[in-house]
Amino acid sequence: MQEIWGGFVRAIDLIITLNAQVVEITTRSLYISLSSAFLAAVICVPLGGLIEFHSFRGKKILVNLIQTLYSLPTVTVGLIVFLLISRSGPLGSLGLLFSPWGMVFGQAILVSPIMIGLTVTALAAVSPQIKDTARSLGATEIQIIVTVINEARQAVMAAVLLGFGRALSEVGVAMMIGGNIRGYTRVLTTSIALETSMGNLELSMALGMILISISLVINLLLNRVQGR
Amino acid sequence: MRMAFLEITDLRKTARQGQSLVDILKGINLTVQRGEVLALIGPTGSGKTTLLRQIGLLDGPTGGRIIFDGVSMAGAGERALLQARRRMAMVFQKPVMFRGSVQGNVSFGLKVRGRNDGERVRSALHAVGLSGYEERDAATLSGGEMQRIALARALVLQPELLLLDEPTANLDPKSAKSIDGIIQSLASENITVIMATHNMQQCRKLADRVAVLLGGRLVKLGRPDEVFGDREVCDQMLCSSDGI
Repeated sequence: MQEIWGGFVRAIDLIITLNAQVVEITTRSLYISLSSAFLAAVICVPLGGLIEFHSFRGKKILVNLIQTLYSLPTVTVGLIVFLLISRSGPLGSLGLLFSPWGMVFGQAILVSPIMIGLTVTALAAVSPQIKDTARSLGATEIQIIVTVINEARQAVMAAVLLGFGRALSEVGVAMMIGGNIRGYTRVLTTSIALETSMGNLELSMALGMILISISLVINLLLNRVQGR
Repeated sequence: MRMAFLEITDLRKTARQGQSLVDILKGINLTVQRGEVLALIGPTGSGKTTLLRQIGLLDGPTGGRIIFDGVSMAGAGERALLQARRRMAMVFQKPVMFRGSVQGNVSFGLKVRGRNDGERVRSALHAVGLSGYEERDAATLSGGEMQRIALARALVLQPELLLLDEPTANLDPKSAKSIDGIIQSLASENITVIMATHNMQQCRKLADRVAVLLGGRLVKLGRPDEVFGDREVCDQMLCSSDGI
């Protein structure tokens, strides 16, 4: 118990003194996860809009399938993305394997179902009369979609934040696609796993506390945008 | 012969209600002249709102056609529909407000047309008796205020055709009277008004003609004195509940 307490104190010290390794890993984690959340949002929010605003055969099944993928195991996504971007894979020529951009790509795929599904749910919750009112006032189809997204912006923002949270806290894609290369692809989660296995508990605990603090900030932001 | 501003021919609308298909409009034939005020009356479920939505080009018909100012809307492309829609405006029975200020709501139609005219917004708000409401959060308005903002949102567009679904249903008598005054002034500006209403006094006062809908059919069309003088129409649907 004393060893854990001692590690905890040293971990606090690493954070307070802005230990270079801690700062570097945290910055990289934020940079990669924010990039993947941004990339996913740019694609998934309009895609969610397309699904919600169009009637087509199999729409319900598609939405159910997307919702099922919310809990997709990160190692499964890691494996699929690995196969896609490995040298012999269809995207092998891009050279994304064991690179930060490969991790961004993989995490964007991981969080896409959450962002698409929650965007569809958010837009479906907007009163159909908003669409009718916008249309009756002369809005084009694009302007109607923008209006409805604007009406649901808090819920859409929550979907993006949840996606960011999942990207930040996942370990499977980061480990399998990034390879946990020191100074290049090592992020908070992969560092915690590695340092713990090496018995370097104070650094693990410091990184763990930072991860929990970021998650707390995301949760506070979520509550704020949802008006709670 | 003068071309009708709006010509509706054999208009039919079928909609799914639960497991079955229901005929909501059963072959409506109607012409409306420019500058005319036409009141649609009939019991709840008679098809008034559906007819207004068809005229407003918000829903497509199952059959028949609408000719708006000489242009048939049957099979028209999205561009033609948008152009026609931009010459009209509709106020719904229970209007919804967009997020944001009253100013943002009233100027919505102008903005989607790439225009922004603060003076017109102020003038529209003045017309509905809500001057100075520009910066108010639309979500904090009362039902009556929302109804009047919805009317201002339509008036600011200076539409050629104004569609009103129960325009004074949520209003106190004083506000209702001011809305009646606005509708009267629109007629003098050659704006065509089609309004669905249960308010028979309003019909008598404002309408040039009254169309009576019953079970999705147009059963009577004529001047208010002709329609309200028809004992059969009165007996069927109107007098008992609305006290004509």
